[in-house]
Amino acid sequence: MPAAVASPLTTAGSRNPLPRASRDAAWVRWTLTAVALVFLAFFLALPLAAVFAEGLRRGVAAYFASFRDTDALAAIRLTLLTAAIAVPANAVFGVAAAWAIAKFPFRGKSLLITLIDLPFAVSPVIAGLVYVLIFGANGWFGSWLIDHDVRIIFAVPGIIIATTFVTFPFVARELIPLMQAQGNDEEYAAATLGASGWQTFWRVTLPNIKWGLLYGIILCNARAMGEFGAVSVVSGHIRGETDTLPLHVEILYNEYNFVGSFAVASLLTLLALVTLVLKTIVEWRHAASRSAST
Amino acid sequence: MATARTRRSALPGFGITLGFTLAYLGLIVLIPLSATFIRAAGMDWGSFWAAVTSPRVLAAYRLSFGASLAAGAVNMVFGLIVAWVLTRYPFPGRRVVDALVDLPFALPTAVAGIALTSIYAPNGWIGRWLAPLGFPVAFTRLGVFVALTFIGLPFVVRTLQPVIQELQPEMEESAASLGATRWQTFRRVLLPELVPPLLTGFALAFARALGEYGSVVFISGNMPMRTEIVPLLIITKLEQYDYSGATAIAVVMLVSSFLLLLLINLLQKWSRRFQAV
Repeated sequence: MPAAVASPLTTAGSRNPLPRASRDAAWVRWTLTAVALVFLAFFLALPLAAVFAEGLRRGVAAYFASFRDTDALAAIRLTLLTAAIAVPANAVFGVAAAWAIAKFPFRGKSLLITLIDLPFAVSPVIAGLVYVLIFGANGWFGSWLIDHDVRIIFAVPGIIIATTFVTFPFVARELIPLMQAQGNDEEYAAATLGASGWQTFWRVTLPNIKWGLLYGIILCNARAMGEFGAVSVVSGHIRGETDTLPLHVEILYNEYNFVGSFAVASLLTLLALVTLVLKTIVEWRHAASRSAST
Repeated sequence: MATARTRRSALPGFGITLGFTLAYLGLIVLIPLSATFIRAAGMDWGSFWAAVTSPRVLAAYRLSFGASLAAGAVNMVFGLIVAWVLTRYPFPGRRVVDALVDLPFALPTAVAGIALTSIYAPNGWIGRWLAPLGFPVAFTRLGVFVALTFIGLPFVVRTLQPVIQELQPEMEESAASLGATRWQTFRRVLLPELVPPLLTGFALAFARALGEYGSVVFISGNMPMRTEIVPLLIITKLEQYDYSGATAIAVVMLVSSFLLLLLINLLQKWSRRFQAV
């Protein structure tokens, strides 16, 4: 999600029962609720149901057979590998960036925060394009890479780098406002008591930011596993080799193998649903730990 | 207050974390993005201009900007209703519905694309009712609009929700005690407060829709001049090894995105000032 949708972790407020003047008439309530639910049913629930209905159209056996295909298994492996590299890299970056930005005053801070959000404002297709311009056959390093027989574009490294680009801001933009709001008092206290920098981070800072960090990692992972546009540009679509799960969905779909395509898509849909559940749990936990500490 | 240069913090790690942040940001984001501008700067003005103003490219701009505007506008209306209902009216299952609003963020765009296509295809769950009425959705511009509406919805809802939550009940009480009807209170007292976040949500949804690729390419049919969006055109140019053409279009899109980002930042500043008062 791009720049600037405020995270629920930093905007959670208290809910009191509404006073009478703020209550709407019953017919207004019912009408608006019905409109909202019908709209959401059409736009959210129906696509969700369609994925499973189409995947199961030829029965359960055909559905599960879609996952025994070696290309599908290779796609699952590549998607897991990509997330296993891109997510930790961006998590470490997020923590480092948040530490520098939240704990110290320096010039150009708001510019730096804007630049960190930049990948959210860039079309995923352009995110793929920039790496083609750098590492592609007639890009900046193209001839050097060919001479040394290193493949980045139309190979796994390109997929990982492009995924890192599109998931770049997720952890940082959760942690920066959270750590800014928490302030430095606890870290100063730890330093006064003789803790080293590492001890302060592991014992004081990390426990304070763990829910925010987890939240950022969950969102980052969902996007890393589901990214389509950027990966599509750099992958080259080689079955069994540079095919991630979302790209495999597209390949099967374009071959009119709809059951297979929707079966693989249902796997990604389950991932999305698990993401939403985990995200909601983390929001509740975070709200609980905040109200406990104040 | 001492300046950054003279004050030494009691906490360690400033140099290394800031250094790492800048290096990583530079390597992954800034240097690669600058590659498009450097490549475009290598083109002469005439061929750049020709690449970004050919009839096919202009048709793609019109579709991308037009459908994104329309989807953003629809999301402003329904997003406001959804955000209002989810914040103000308790109903059974509200938390589930609330969590589901983020589905377009969490669902991979390719999955959204094929799911929407199957629903709105002429034999799909909705398509079979709309097609006989003369509204074929899949493989038309309407399909692009539907996909972009799906993608943009959470931006408007999530920007509005915290603001609706923080509305002071006293304002509504005083309006009511001065004799305003509920509708007048909404129009004159509440809506002005909601305009900045509505515009912010609209701009966010619009910015996302402009660059959106995965959810659109399946449902749009991708006919040049008719249902071809700008990101798809960039990919088409790349596949034809027309790197300069692809880069030129990308530069136009990047500049539009940066201007939007600037606008969003200004809107949010405005929004916050509103809330502080």
